[in-house]
Amino acid sequence: MRRDVFERLMAARADKRPVALVTDLPAGYQSLVFADEVDANGPAADVVAAARAALQSGISGIFERSDGTRAFLHVFNPPLRLFLVGAVHITQALAPMASMLGYGVTVIDPRRAFTTPARFSDVRVMERWPDAALADERLDARSAVVTLTHDPKLDDPALASALRSEAFYIGCLGSRRTHARRLERLRAAGFDDAALARLHGPVGLDIGARSPGEIATSILAQMTAILRRGAAP
Amino acid sequence: MAEAETLSGGVEDVLETAARWRAQGRRVAIATVVETWGSSPRPVGSQLLVDENGEFLGSVSGGCIESAVIGEALEVIASGAPRLLDFGVSNEKAWELGLSCGGKVQVYVEALEP
Repeated sequence: MRRDVFERLMAARADKRPVALVTDLPAGYQSLVFADEVDANGPAADVVAAARAALQSGISGIFERSDGTRAFLHVFNPPLRLFLVGAVHITQALAPMASMLGYGVTVIDPRRAFTTPARFSDVRVMERWPDAALADERLDARSAVVTLTHDPKLDDPALASALRSEAFYIGCLGSRRTHARRLERLRAAGFDDAALARLHGPVGLDIGARSPGEIATSILAQMTAILRRGAAP
Repeated sequence: MAEAETLSGGVEDVLETAARWRAQGRRVAIATVVETWGSSPRPVGSQLLVDENGEFLGSVSGGCIESAVIGEALEVIASGAPRLLDFGVSNEKAWELGLSCGGKVQVYVEALEP
């Protein structure tokens, strides 16, 4: 890989800017395709279109042109991020498990007693109100939010903030009854059915999860299905 | 087509490490899975980083083709010319190696310009 291509690729990733590295196979000529920009002397229009479709879907792969030549489209999307609202017991299992799945995890809870280093050592913790913290983090389509406090004072503003973003997954811990009341409050706050349909509550796949680790598993399985398939079973 | 992800958090990033190794003056090659058929243990976009001494990071398979790819990567570092490698892992061979893949992968190996 040419030095300039590598350095611009790394700069795009540092800027959290989606980019596709296009490699002609087997010759190896390389260029970068962005959503709104292409290298001078970059690939032909059909390859650029395919690279942009790949950026959209997040799926890397081979594009075969009508003349039989092939290009490898390597998508580098911004990192997956997961914001956990509430430094509760389940969060202690969910945070490290999500890290292993490749998420950059942030735990948000203004209650200092909950966010002690003894409970959360290897994870980024913000002692802030969730709505302000989430607004500052600029959630994108590679972000997920799960509320876990059971406290409407903390969960509701976080959900409102998440619903105003492009977050691909928004989950809310709580029973069916709790969730129904939550939906009523958010509806009263001005969110319509289409917006509220983005909320996954009660959170997670129905796998009979009981322990914190099992509940974390059900949440991460649902999140993975939404990320990869756009829908959960 | 499988999906490639750029991972953050708990998983070490191959390209970040490539940049660091290069900055240390090491000569490196990057191997990337560009196509898979059948059941292959690592998705398209998976990468393996190799330096001139054969030190490596990341993976392009469950372990069945790593040593072959590292050998090719050393030659790519020496010559500077990229290579496109095809690996078909027969079920019999996979069994011998204690692997369950039995798939096929195509791997692109390129040197990083110093």
